[in-house]
Amino acid sequence: MSAPLLAVENVGRRFGGFVALADVTAQFEPGKVTSIIGPNGAGKSTFFNVLSGVLTPSSGSIRFKGMDLVGTRQHRFVHLGIARSYQITNIFPELSVHENVRVAAQAGRSRYNIWTNRNRFRELSERADAALDSVGLAAKRDETAKFLAHGQQRALEIAIALISDPEVLLLDEPTAGMGPEETKEMVALLEKLARERTILLVEHKMKMILGLSDRILVLHHGRLIADGSPRDIQTDPEVRRVYLGQNDGYA
Amino acid sequence: MTTKSVPLATPVVPAKRPSSNLIATITSWRVLLSIAILCLLPWVLPSKALAVNVLIYGVLAMGYNLLFGYTGLLSFGHAAFFGAGAYITGIAIGQFGVPWYGAVLLGVVGGGVLAFVIGGLSIRTRGIYFSMVTLALAQLVYHVGLQASSWTGGENGLRGFTVAKIDLFGVSINFLDPVNKYYILMVFAALALWFVSRVLNSPFGAAIEAIRENETRARACGYDVERTKLLSFVLSGLICALAGTMSALHLAFVPLDVLHYQTSGMIVMMTLLGGASSFFGPFVGAFAFLLMEDVFSLWTSHWQIIVGSIFILFVLFLPKGIWGTFLAKVIR
Ligand SMILES: Nc1ncnc2c1ncn2[C@@H]1O[C@H](COP(=O)(O)OP(=O)(O)O)[C@@H](O)[C@H]1O
Ligand SMILES: [Mg+2]
Repeated sequence: MSAPLLAVENVGRRFGGFVALADVTAQFEPGKVTSIIGPNGAGKSTFFNVLSGVLTPSSGSIRFKGMDLVGTRQHRFVHLGIARSYQITNIFPELSVHENVRVAAQAGRSRYNIWTNRNRFRELSERADAALDSVGLAAKRDETAKFLAHGQQRALEIAIALISDPEVLLLDEPTAGMGPEETKEMVALLEKLARERTILLVEHKMKMILGLSDRILVLHHGRLIADGSPRDIQTDPEVRRVYLGQNDGYA
Repeated sequence: MTTKSVPLATPVVPAKRPSSNLIATITSWRVLLSIAILCLLPWVLPSKALAVNVLIYGVLAMGYNLLFGYTGLLSFGHAAFFGAGAYITGIAIGQFGVPWYGAVLLGVVGGGVLAFVIGGLSIRTRGIYFSMVTLALAQLVYHVGLQASSWTGGENGLRGFTVAKIDLFGVSINFLDPVNKYYILMVFAALALWFVSRVLNSPFGAAIEAIRENETRARACGYDVERTKLLSFVLSGLICALAGTMSALHLAFVPLDVLHYQTSGMIVMMTLLGGASSFFGPFVGAFAFLLMEDVFSLWTSHWQIIVGSIFILFVLFLPKGIWGTFLAKVIR
């Protein structure tokens, strides 16, 4: 087993008296795709929020390449190497598709410079084009982002997250709200990404998860109730009871 | 949502917009075009007094627009920076005998420092709370202006710092002559136009636009949203303070009203009337506001009711303002 890239230990998060995440311990190795599943409200998005600095954990520790991340401000995460997409599409709606990705790339290069022209950084623009190409949006580069189809907006958000060349990519339900055709396109994109990156994926579509994942974590009421290979998870009686049972036929 | 989904990689050629070239040309020449229009102003407007006010309040609204139109922060306290620039310039000349250029510099820097303080205290609050905190802090500044009357002249305003001539490079220009005065103030306006255009074109300009569009996404992309907003707030304060120094030089008088919340409200109205987040819009908005004030105040002392109603109509039906709508509709 190689050294973990990301390690969470006894991580919990409460909202007032409500425990959304309790005592989660897990390690993530480089190059692997780990899916996090569980019923709605299980704490999956909360887990991602804690891993990406959106929320500080109420307890526990998060270590990334040996660094303690608890208390680190959110905007630092992407510079450290953790990027994410959101469950609800989160892009810059009024900017062009290309500018959406270019301005994301710019964050790694120039944030407070008022003296040069933004177009002077040619390499940012080229990288943005390459990222758009890799998610299949090259032809849409000059369109205003809000006019893209839903699936294209989801793909754009992935391009935005990819532009920082993150070591860990968190994807919160990338196929949410998609029809079967769009889902197929997204799965093809994720398969491509899975070959080259460390990915944490929250999804509901079982067939897709089983095909993509090296490992699956199951959350239920904020607790980790199972952690194993897709085969282990499918046969785990507890998981079948709380999750897969109600999900028959869904995938 | 349609059931027939569009494949992610459909190679559709983007629709060609014939006017986008014209807009791009106007954008790349916007500083010189704006200067040219403003240079003509004293000769096309009914009075030189109106022209010089368009210049001063246009710079003021342009400074505000950097924060409101481009960064997306609705401050109700920008009178503080306008007033700070004006008072500091007046006090520096009248009470310390500082030459006019030093007084202008002090006014601008002083306004910037005040913006750093007020911005630092308000920037972490959101939405309506941000507006209220800026309003409250600006009211504090108003009361300082009112109470520190040995410095500011209190309710009577600040007098006694008339700049009669401007000496520069061995040339002495009569500043009391309205035409000379206009073109000297025009130099300041030109610098402000150049500077704001510079900022908007820069990587920082892209960052504030991203924050205006989607703060959460900007933060997730790696922008320190609070710090970026604070820098925008300070730059905005610097420009508004410059407008204040221009006003002080122009009137040789600083009325306490410059710090009043009505001035803050006027700045918001001018910016919205002209078109928030358009480069030249604030000058158009300043012109529209001042013209309405001139016309309707001849007619009734309740002119603010009329201007206010027109303002509401604009917010409801022409959210891009006069200039923004013109650019979007007429040119395309
Ligand atoms: N900011 C918040 N404030 C209060 N409760 C929250 C907040 N975010 C999530 N929750 C609650 O925590 C639980 C887990 O939510 P979430 O992590 O979004 O679940 P999932 O993504 O697994 O569907 C839910 O009951 C939700 O209502
Ligand atoms: Mg969720």
